[in-house]
Amino acid sequence: MLKHVFSGQLQLGLAQAAAAAMAALVVVLLARKRQIHLERETLVALLRGMVQIVALGSVLVLLLRGPRWTSFFLLAAMVFAAGATSRRRAKGIPGAFQVSTCSIACGAGSVIVLMTWLGVLDTDVTSLIPVGSMLIANAMNTNGLALNRFRADVLAHVGEIETALALGAGPNQSVASYVQASFEASLIPAIDSLRSLGIVWIPGLMAGMLLSGARPVYAAIYQFVVLAMIFAASGLTALVSTLLIRSRAFTAAEQLLLRPSL
Amino acid sequence: MIYRAGDDDNVFGMTPPESSRRSSLNPTILEAERLSRAVSGIAIVHEISVQVHAGEVLAIVGPSGSGKSSFLRLLNRLDEPTSGTVVLEGIDYRQIPPRELRRKIGMVTQRPFLFPGTVAANLRFGPLERSETLSDNAIELLLRQVGLPGYTPRGVANLSGGEAQRVCLARALANSPVVLLMDEPTSALDDESKLGVESLIQGIIKGSRLTCIIVTHDMAQAARMANRVMILEAGHAVRIGSVEEVLHA
Repeated sequence: MLKHVFSGQLQLGLAQAAAAAMAALVVVLLARKRQIHLERETLVALLRGMVQIVALGSVLVLLLRGPRWTSFFLLAAMVFAAGATSRRRAKGIPGAFQVSTCSIACGAGSVIVLMTWLGVLDTDVTSLIPVGSMLIANAMNTNGLALNRFRADVLAHVGEIETALALGAGPNQSVASYVQASFEASLIPAIDSLRSLGIVWIPGLMAGMLLSGARPVYAAIYQFVVLAMIFAASGLTALVSTLLIRSRAFTAAEQLLLRPSL
Repeated sequence: MIYRAGDDDNVFGMTPPESSRRSSLNPTILEAERLSRAVSGIAIVHEISVQVHAGEVLAIVGPSGSGKSSFLRLLNRLDEPTSGTVVLEGIDYRQIPPRELRRKIGMVTQRPFLFPGTVAANLRFGPLERSETLSDNAIELLLRQVGLPGYTPRGVANLSGGEAQRVCLARALANSPVVLLMDEPTSALDDESKLGVESLIQGIIKGSRLTCIIVTHDMAQAARMANRVMILEAGHAVRIGSVEEVLHA
């Protein structure tokens, strides 16, 4: 329908973006009816996402034509931005930015380095940046889920945790079950993506490869490679993140910092 | 004669009252020294000084929000004092590793928090943290002490409130604490369980001559259980003395 109304590509794109954003806002309104308030967070996320992707789109061609060493700086900048984004999921825990950035750098960074060294990832900017950004973005999501779950579990079980501390347990032992639960929960999207690959989900990367003339079997295998890398990067991020955050939730005198009032 | 809290010379320089003379003859086991805690600039506990002697039961009484539980949490360092300190067996508690300190100063909370699993697993929890395994016989003895013989293999999910609180008490005793803190241990229980748990605690305290600090908002309960009473109001210790003296002040 929009294609009949808007002839120019830019106008059409803006109209499509407005329609998609409307769908998101309808969900926010439905949630609001159930006293779930996502208005501010969703609006900010939609606007930020739109501005950021348009800004990137404007300079992407230039970036992709740059020398190979620029990849390092671009990916490092993405890691810092990802750390800043997901730190909000650990409100009340000091050092959440450092934990998030360090976890994403360890998780996504080590997989990118290893896969580049093995030759799974090409060192061309045009290949490394898109796939690297996918790994970093998924690591960020996993980190956010892990921190969010850990925080919620600790806040819901302050009594149990302090009982364990009062019986002479250390911080690690006191929150061990919540660390495990947050690690498992954070990996659900990555595991489900792998499980449903080719059945529920035909990813854009594979479709793009097919359209650009790659052999279907190779495109399919490479898509699996990307998802396996995403799982590895996400899993490593969650492992590091949950290990780091548990020590940040306590003082040096082993007192729980997270309390419901925070 | 009433001891005025915060006035150290007065508190500890006077002749102790008759009812607390026996416990005062024992050595001081725990001492709070001008213990304070403020949160966001608001004083929750303000310069409380008190000595607790071996085998003594000190009741802390006061209305809701007076800082009773906050004071108790400072004693086993679940919270950090803003100023002041606690001396346990002659050692500043900041020099004792937190896990060792909390092993020595046991705590029973208002709500019974039990870990998923069996009663035995709950009782083994504390000793296991020090790589000690509690024998089946030791567990059965502890359970008999709290009136729950034969409960060793039971799951904690189906215990009543009173039973759960008794298991919590046995679990705290399994650590062989030097001092036991109890934060309104009967207030979350129904009337029937309340009396049972209270008389049980009284029996254990008397039998083992365990040093106890018990928080309660019930002066009658304090009178039944304690040698001395400290009254808290808005974070300040306003009176410390024997039950009779504080009641008739």
